[in-house]
Amino acid sequence: MNCVQLVELVTDYFDGALSAADTVRFDQHINQCTACRNHLGQMRITVQLTGALIVDDISPEACESLLDALRTFGGRGG
Amino acid sequence: MRMSDERSLIEALQRGDDAAFRRVVMQYHASLVRAARSFVPSTAIAEEVAQETWIAVVRGIGRFEGRSSFKTWLFRILMNQAQTRGIRESRSTPVSTQLDDETPNGIAGRFHDAGERDAGHWRSAPSDWGRLPESLVESDETATTILEAIAALPARQREVITLRDVEGLTAAEVADVLDLSEGNQRVLLHRGRSKVRAMLERHFEGVAAS
Repeated sequence: MNCVQLVELVTDYFDGALSAADTVRFDQHINQCTACRNHLGQMRITVQLTGALIVDDISPEACESLLDALRTFGGRGG
Repeated sequence: MRMSDERSLIEALQRGDDAAFRRVVMQYHASLVRAARSFVPSTAIAEEVAQETWIAVVRGIGRFEGRSSFKTWLFRILMNQAQTRGIRESRSTPVSTQLDDETPNGIAGRFHDAGERDAGHWRSAPSDWGRLPESLVESDETATTILEAIAALPARQREVITLRDVEGLTAAEVADVLDLSEGNQRVLLHRGRSKVRAMLERHFEGVAAS
């Protein structure tokens, strides 16, 4: 496995979707190649930062007015 | 959620239990709006689609048989609501054209070409982001860069990355919600992530150079 091939397999690697043989080749390459190790780290940080974006939740007030609307329009009665 | 918890939640929703509806609205509404925003052109429409989704949940929960998780069912309804309004690319679009994407991923051109001495190896090596200051990595500008990068993605990549990486659905859940194979789901996710990574690289290097 060379660097060009490895960069295309990073998401499969994270998901555990590579074959056992490809996983071994991937790990061997990463252990020997600083550039690919850095690239893998960049992809991992990208996923982590994307997963950390969420800050807002529905406010209690908005939640209550939505529940009111559901009682009216959703046919759930009062 | 444990299977027994899920079943008792569904039963409570089917009884019309107010506390159960409050619980799922609190837990999922913001997620629905964000996910809807990746399918429709404005936040206002995304809010409407999310509300219509809840109305469809109220009307449809009696017929929910638990063949998928509640979360998957909920996001599928959201997709259908977005599509009903005709504001989302039809699911009938062949996957082949969804996968046909030649937009730059920030990686092509970074390797030595075939025939060169180091063919297949990096021409310019990526840097170690572990060495970047935390204040830069976790800044608001970094978050904005990611949001803009996601917004600029082709529709299917944007949908997959929003559901997987922003909202935290599993590969199987996303494949189910979007009617994709897990493999195609992963191809789209990889393209999306690669472009977000490239935008982050530009952002980090731009800040470092200034």
